[in-house]
Amino acid sequence: MLGIPWFWLLLFFAVPFLILLRISVTDMGEGLDPFAPLVQMDAGRATLHLKFANYLSLLIDPESGWGQTLYIESYVLSVKYAFWTTVLCLFFGYPFAYFLARSAPSVRPLLLLMVMLPFWTSFLLRVYAWKGILADQGLINHLLMWLGLIQEPVQLLYNDVSMLVGMTYVYLPFMVLPLYANLVKLDDRLLEAAQDLGATPWKSFWMITVPMSRSGIVAGSILVFIPCLGEFVIPSLLGGAENLMIGRVVWDEMFSSNNWPRASALSVVMIVGIVVPLAWYNQRLARKVEQESS
Amino acid sequence: MHKQGRRKYIGRFWLAGVFGFFYLPLLFLITFSFNSTRQDSVFTGFSLRWYLALLNDNRLVDGFFLSFNVALLSATLATVLATLAAFALVRFGQFKGRTLFNAMLSSPLVMPEVIIGLSLLLLFVGMERMMGWPERGALTIILGHALLGMAYACVVIQSRLKEMDRSIEEAALDLGCKPYQVFFLVTLPNMSQALVAAWLLTFTLSFDDVVISEFLAGPGVTTLPQVIFSYARRGVNPSIYAAATLLMVVVTLAVVIYGIHTARQQRRAAVRPED
Repeated sequence: MLGIPWFWLLLFFAVPFLILLRISVTDMGEGLDPFAPLVQMDAGRATLHLKFANYLSLLIDPESGWGQTLYIESYVLSVKYAFWTTVLCLFFGYPFAYFLARSAPSVRPLLLLMVMLPFWTSFLLRVYAWKGILADQGLINHLLMWLGLIQEPVQLLYNDVSMLVGMTYVYLPFMVLPLYANLVKLDDRLLEAAQDLGATPWKSFWMITVPMSRSGIVAGSILVFIPCLGEFVIPSLLGGAENLMIGRVVWDEMFSSNNWPRASALSVVMIVGIVVPLAWYNQRLARKVEQESS
Repeated sequence: MHKQGRRKYIGRFWLAGVFGFFYLPLLFLITFSFNSTRQDSVFTGFSLRWYLALLNDNRLVDGFFLSFNVALLSATLATVLATLAAFALVRFGQFKGRTLFNAMLSSPLVMPEVIIGLSLLLLFVGMERMMGWPERGALTIILGHALLGMAYACVVIQSRLKEMDRSIEEAALDLGCKPYQVFFLVTLPNMSQALVAAWLLTFTLSFDDVVISEFLAGPGVTTLPQVIFSYARRGVNPSIYAAATLLMVVVTLAVVIYGIHTARQQRRAAVRPED
């Protein structure tokens, strides 16, 4: 019974990853071949050809030099968008989850269902709707002009505004749900005790509620930050030419430049950048659980 | 007293604001799917023309049926595989290679879909060269979606398996059931709710996915999200709004029916606690 999932995972997870690694250390192929063979026959002897040029080319540009490549720029941009999306989700999501957890127990299931419901409708369509809302002739610009706040349409689409609105919109539930699960468990007696001892509500919020919900904040932030890094659809629909994120660059290398080795190298770097920090976090979490249980 | 009232007011305001943010795009899609012109900022009048246009758009209709079939098959495949994997993880203890197994299983949860798509594409291209199979198309998309779906399904099934009472299985064994009988007659029915939840989750994941499909689809094979994606990049098309509205109606109905069903089951369980 164990054999089937093992076979499946090895074939569709491990082998593709090894192929990715292998192609990332070869040259581009000649003619129709997308990449050069790893083992070449030279004068009757097999020789191994390992090329790290693909990784180097991610760092160095022949014209502008060290660290001035499109790849580094798009990595930095991806991290920047993921970071600001996480901050925005926390800013809007924390109070939302807090008030949700404090609402009357009878309406809570309904409110939770209302958080989940948009989640079940197509992600693509929800992002697409923002295109119509934020366009120059779109809903928001029309509304602002009708209110007389602006005379001419403001550009909201194909820039940082639309990127952050779209990403915050899509990932906000990922922040809200773990925070809610955490905050709903908060013992009211702690807050009552703080109040009895003379703390203002504001003070007890910052000194009790927030520290008690730290694991929810961390979990929610990871659930938002990680998928944001590799986001592909949102920059394609709501971003302009300057809002280049790494997922898009991998796609372009693969299908526009047909440079399979470089696309593979980019992916490997991306995996290392995501999996290593997560593994570190997981280990820390496991150690903490162990400490608490012993 | 006054301060308490103000805090309540802020809470309501914040909840309403974020819910407004959540539902604005959905209301936008529904409203402008009934618009009489291509305009998407001013409602010019009620009409059903975009629904008619939708039905006459072969690419969208074909895409819908392809996506539906792909989601059906990949959700089933993913649920079966996830059940086996969850069993191994929960019941087999520390088997050899458990860490690797677990890592491979849950990696798709955190891996960008672009990378899953790219690495599977490289595999399928390599396989096709070596043995002429599989050609890129519906099959490769199903396999890709099943890989992603399995990771999510396994989380759901695993948590159910962990909390399940093993004594009923032991009782069945004591009463002379063979292990496979225990599995099919006791274990599976007991986790049926988790299986349904996992299947629904993987179905929606597949039905909604555009990135993996973009990598793994072959010529002439386009799922509904792929068609929508290509239209969306070109500009406004109210037929898409109509498609979105129809999908929303179906999903809302499904969620409501499922909700009523589980609520009724819970009530029944509460009435007869000895069951």
